[in-house]
Amino acid sequence: MTDAVLSVRDLVVEIPTRHAVLRPVDQVSYEIEKGEILGVVGESGAGKSMTGNAVIGLLDRPARIASGEVWLNGRRIDALKGDAMRRVRGREIGMVFQDPLTSLNPLLQIGDQLTETMLAHLDISETEGRKRAIAALDEVGIPAAASRIDSYPHEFSGGMRQRVVIALALCAEPSLVIADEPTTALDVSVQAQIISLLKRLCRERGTAVMLVTHDMGVIAEAADRVAVMYAGRLAELGPVRDVIQRARHPYTEGLMASTPLASRGQTRLRQIPGSMPRLGALPDGCAFHPRCPKAQDKCRRDPSPRLDTCDGRAACWYPVEQREAAE
Amino acid sequence: MTAPLVSVQGLTRIFDVSKPWLNRVIERLPKARLTAVSDVSFDIPEREVYALVGESGSGKSTIGKMVVGLLNPSGGVVSVEGVDLSRETDPAKVEAVRSDIQMIFQDPFASLNPRWKVRDIIAEPVAARGGDTEGLAERLLEQVGLAAEDAGKFPHEFSGGQRQRICIARALASEPKLIVCDEPTSALDVSVQAQVLNLMTDLKEEFGLTYLFISHDLTVVQHMSDRIGVLYLGRLVEEADPDTLFERPAHPYSQMLLSSAPRMDGFGREVEPPKGEIPDPINPPSGCAFNPRCPLASDLCRAERPELRHLEDRRVACHHAEKALGAGAEPA
Repeated sequence: MTDAVLSVRDLVVEIPTRHAVLRPVDQVSYEIEKGEILGVVGESGAGKSMTGNAVIGLLDRPARIASGEVWLNGRRIDALKGDAMRRVRGREIGMVFQDPLTSLNPLLQIGDQLTETMLAHLDISETEGRKRAIAALDEVGIPAAASRIDSYPHEFSGGMRQRVVIALALCAEPSLVIADEPTTALDVSVQAQIISLLKRLCRERGTAVMLVTHDMGVIAEAADRVAVMYAGRLAELGPVRDVIQRARHPYTEGLMASTPLASRGQTRLRQIPGSMPRLGALPDGCAFHPRCPKAQDKCRRDPSPRLDTCDGRAACWYPVEQREAAE
Repeated sequence: MTAPLVSVQGLTRIFDVSKPWLNRVIERLPKARLTAVSDVSFDIPEREVYALVGESGSGKSTIGKMVVGLLNPSGGVVSVEGVDLSRETDPAKVEAVRSDIQMIFQDPFASLNPRWKVRDIIAEPVAARGGDTEGLAERLLEQVGLAAEDAGKFPHEFSGGQRQRICIARALASEPKLIVCDEPTSALDVSVQAQVLNLMTDLKEEFGLTYLFISHDLTVVQHMSDRIGVLYLGRLVEEADPDTLFERPAHPYSQMLLSSAPRMDGFGREVEPPKGEIPDPINPPSGCAFNPRCPLASDLCRAERPELRHLEDRRVACHHAEKALGAGAEPA
């Protein structure tokens, strides 16, 4: 596919430790097209944030990309260093992190932070930058943007701060936005505002979005496609409706069934036994087999299944057969 | 109906958030008071789960702390088993009731002493009263799905879900009747959350426990509770059983909260995002605190605060609840 904005191919991130080399991201491949929102879900430690950080070149040492490729708009960016990568970051990839307070500089007025970003990446004058900063704040729904542009981050509420961060991420008009748990720190009503804002801006500008979150409800409402990660590997990748309603991977199926929403009216929630293995102690074969109700000898013995060696949708030797399909 | 286990009447808590004395004099500032909880009343019958939901700043945790006795109310009464803990003078009575109340906190990393072994952590509520702790920790650990050998380990050797199980074991040690759970699963992943919620349900059946369940997660609350109180800016705005509340919420705030919660079947759903944010609790709006964000707000709402009143099988504090119910009847 040539129209993919972001293309990640067999990405492997490694962390060398004294005892072993850990792989928080293991052979992950996916693409995001123009105007598409790809949801990345998984539990803590599944490697979803690490994947995002690897794409924008923000891996903390000693973590490093060991193999695989990252292509952005037809250009390979995983090997870019220092300045070259800095030009990509902010200009071509915008970022929204979980905690809006830590992603804004508390000592600078928000207007200055916005103009600084634009001046660094776009060839415009300072007055033009300021004009655009006001327009950007206006667009993310900050009331009286022209007068609030000289406020400091602490003068805004949590939801308003996250709007500023979104304005900051989008002000240089990047083609890809990586939003890492953008609403986790916010209240439900504010979360709904932020998600709808993100959806609207991306639709209008054709920005591709990688939405990393653990909240299935947010994914269901915002994403076009979903990637489910487990222990650093892609477990399932497909259109949002199919993955949530007709999961093929036993892990996805268990995950969906264990949300209280899915088991309305039942006294007990369905639960997946055990917990995700630590990276240093991954089992042989499929990483999910010790918790899987359908595990067989092949799962324990053969190398971990991959999307492309299975049916392209779920990385599982024995994917869940759906009742709908049988009928 | 027997008397409820917990009865909360007119509970109010005001925090003094004034600047220091000298600043007030120099800058001519008045004293600032934050009303975190205002005139909240509810009962929890024995063996039921009462849930408090609300967004941040709604006062739900403050109520939880007052029920346990970690904070004293500024006004109103919390009585557990008929004893008002903040005013009761007979130490024997207070002691007896205190041991019937336990609490589970949100963050299982911060609520366990990292220097204590799990055995000592779990036995502490009993040991503090001079009770017999022989084999207690081991027994409780098995009850919450861990192994008896885990008693000799330290908290850092456990995952978040396992730590929350240790917290639950500790809460069970003194054989309480009431457990106040303040966001017990908010820090946990979905699959672990399911395990912990199931465990809490099982233990409730086994020991006949009563829960005051505090959460911002509507789906968890709907699953767990027998009755739900919705809080907004320190006041109870609606109280109903889960089916009534989720099928036909009567307060415009409950309606807004429920419609903005993400849904698993809400593919590409375009919700009209709710307007505005929670107002400043130091200077709350006049009349009904929700009026600046409410689609049904009228002059009456701006002038006069609605009292909590009975409407069908719920309690609701809204002048226009009947109208809201009619408007909310549109297809969900």
